[in-house]
Amino acid sequence: MIACSHCTDKCSSNSICIDNKIFCCEGCKTVYQILLENQLNDYYDIDENPGITPKPHFKGKFSYLDDDVLNKLLIFNDDDIAVVQFEIPAIHCSSCVWLLEKLDCLQKGVVSSQVNFIKKTLRITYNSSQVKLSDIVEKISVIGYEPIISLEMLSEEKKKTNKEATYRLGVAGFCFGNIMLLSLADYLGMDKNNFTSFHTVFNYLNFILSLPVFFYSAWPYFNSAFRGLKQKWLNIDVPISLGILVLFLRSSYEVFSKVGTGYFDSLSGLVFFLLIGKYFQNKTYKHLSFERDYKSYFPMAVTLLNGSAEIQILVKKLKKGDRILVRNEELIPADCVLISGNARIDNSFVTGENRNLSKSKGAIIYAGGKQIGSSIELEVIKEVSHSYLTELWNSTAFEKNESKSIKGVTDKISKYFTLTVLFIACISGIIWMQTDVGKAVQVISAILIVACPCALALSAPFALGNTLRIFGNHKFYLKNTDVIEQISRISDVVFDKTGTLTISGKSTVNFVGNVLDDNKLMIIKSICRNSSHPLSRIIYNAIDAELMVLKNYKEIVGKGLQANGVRVGSAEFLGVDSVKGVSQVHLEIEGVYLGYFKIESTKRGVLKKTINKLHKKVLHLISGDNDAEIGDMQTYFPKDNIYFNMLPPDKLNYIAELQKTDKNVMMIGDGLNDAGALQQSNVGVSISEDINSFSPACDAILDASNFNKLPLFIKFSKMAMKVVYLSFFISFMYNIVGMYFAIKGDMTPIFAAILMPVSSITVVMFTTITTNSLFRKINS
Amino acid sequence: MSVLFLLITLSLLLASGFLFAFIWSVKSGQFDDDYTPSVRMLFDNKINNIKK
Repeated sequence: MIACSHCTDKCSSNSICIDNKIFCCEGCKTVYQILLENQLNDYYDIDENPGITPKPHFKGKFSYLDDDVLNKLLIFNDDDIAVVQFEIPAIHCSSCVWLLEKLDCLQKGVVSSQVNFIKKTLRITYNSSQVKLSDIVEKISVIGYEPIISLEMLSEEKKKTNKEATYRLGVAGFCFGNIMLLSLADYLGMDKNNFTSFHTVFNYLNFILSLPVFFYSAWPYFNSAFRGLKQKWLNIDVPISLGILVLFLRSSYEVFSKVGTGYFDSLSGLVFFLLIGKYFQNKTYKHLSFERDYKSYFPMAVTLLNGSAEIQILVKKLKKGDRILVRNEELIPADCVLISGNARIDNSFVTGENRNLSKSKGAIIYAGGKQIGSSIELEVIKEVSHSYLTELWNSTAFEKNESKSIKGVTDKISKYFTLTVLFIACISGIIWMQTDVGKAVQVISAILIVACPCALALSAPFALGNTLRIFGNHKFYLKNTDVIEQISRISDVVFDKTGTLTISGKSTVNFVGNVLDDNKLMIIKSICRNSSHPLSRIIYNAIDAELMVLKNYKEIVGKGLQANGVRVGSAEFLGVDSVKGVSQVHLEIEGVYLGYFKIESTKRGVLKKTINKLHKKVLHLISGDNDAEIGDMQTYFPKDNIYFNMLPPDKLNYIAELQKTDKNVMMIGDGLNDAGALQQSNVGVSISEDINSFSPACDAILDASNFNKLPLFIKFSKMAMKVVYLSFFISFMYNIVGMYFAIKGDMTPIFAAILMPVSSITVVMFTTITTNSLFRKINS
Repeated sequence: MSVLFLLITLSLLLASGFLFAFIWSVKSGQFDDDYTPSVRMLFDNKINNIKK
């Protein structure tokens, strides 16, 4: 078997040979020729196996891009120059980057192009008077880099990245460093009496430098504390803001009344460390989207049949009664009725049904299914937004509820922390007021300063942030750190079947009937080779036998195949009873019925081990498929917790019912049919064979190859929470030491300036090292 | 020793120059993609006669 010179797949017998190079198909050959013409064949040298077989496309596929949607798609549009950005999942190596950034050589009118490899996007700047957008998209599709053009690109909201946090961090760092430099003399015991002018100038400089920190960098904390107080809730930002405020006021007083140096170094250090913690906690996976809904799954346009003409029309514009044409591997965008053609619908993503359903003329086909096979003609009966599937998104589970976000563990502790500190401050103040009023004020402010929630506020961000990073290294991507807390509390795990417990796209073939000898297998394989029916291809790949020449080969569309006295096909073709609920291909040789091939999806190999490790949790299985494979599942799940034929709303309600009994539920699913359940559950995990392809809105994305690590992740989330509590304890110890000195009235600026960084660094190092080593231990 | 005032002023000015450069580079999107430049850097820039 020779490898194709372009895509390195094996070339079958109908390969094309030109110039000593062999190609597996016309598409690969075309790409090679285009690259050769433009002297871009260095493409093959830069990285290994860069070539991608282009998807089949037809003329005018992207013509809709030039009309109405153009303005919504463009990032920038001004007279001649336009900028557009596309997501291209086919980008996978440095050759791709190289080639796509040379787009200006391939297509006239393109000014420049830039690839973002992590996000797999391509930004194209082009001259709109010289080239049309549809031509550019066609060009990149022809060379194998077809962009995703989904309905989502039309939605109005465009998320703007907020860089304020970075600016605040930069300003705080700048001021912190310079204030520390200026305070150095004071740390080292500067002789204040001989160098008064320096001393005064340094103090005023420190004051000026702390102004941006107080008013700009610390602003989010004041804002959050104020909002929390309005809702009568003491979150962690309340003691932080209190500390910052007291620090600023006392230090300003000391400097302006020339009483002392103040604590500006502690102030800016506090804000700086806190902002680092926030930055670390907010690092997310920007190239993954946890918010996808049906709009990123549906295509933007579909072929409308206008009489005998075919035009591309936006899916949004489909009206009841329109006739559309859906080709092989294309999505059905709206609820339709089948008018003509051989419909075989793959609904696994939408309803969870495993087999491809054959639909007869006049049957309703629901939006979201994929057509497998030849083109079909459909008549729209409901608009896209009112289709059966999209109605699901009106459920209350999808409303972004503020109250649904659970108060993090840090916020829970902060309530007690603030009250305790205020209490201690009051008591000490009262006691000191008996002896020395001036000292009392000093002591109260010292307590509020040193009872720094800095270490407290850094515990969760660093412990959980590091856990997030560790999970990411093992292909378990979480939306944010709150998910870890949720995972540590789950009691029930609910599994979907199709695509979650089974591998989507892979099938196992078993023959039910007498054992077939090699001769028979040879004939069957040869017959199946000639058919492009998906079941034929599956059987062909499953049989290991030589091929032979056939006599009288005939394919009866929709029924079966026959040759050499052998008949292979559907139950009605052979005149036998159909077996319920299974994909089946029956076999008859020379009039004798021999049995049928049972085709079912492959279960994940690691399934048994993984389920066994989850024995501490209550397991459930809810599936949109039928109960043909129930026997097997009963060994893994308790009998009462298995449900089949569940429609998407049923799944959502099942989870909701569980939650009514105070259970914390984790849902694991992969398709649109799980979308409601994933939203409703406490932790929604979307399992995916390819993390860059669509996954419904969820809290976490798990790469299918690491499915067996799921129990490990759950166990580690619990351990991570324990690390957080331990580091709370450490920060409390520091606070107690600091408060001892504060209550005595002995807290010097240098003491505060040391205590803060030391406690912060201890907490950061402790959480990072502990989480890393703990994970390494349980992973081995 | 009074030259210290001048020195401190100059160093603060220099440091704020760096702060300005930092804010400017973040704003202009230089740090939005920190992976692809490492790939791009390794491409050979052959003297080619590709028609532009």
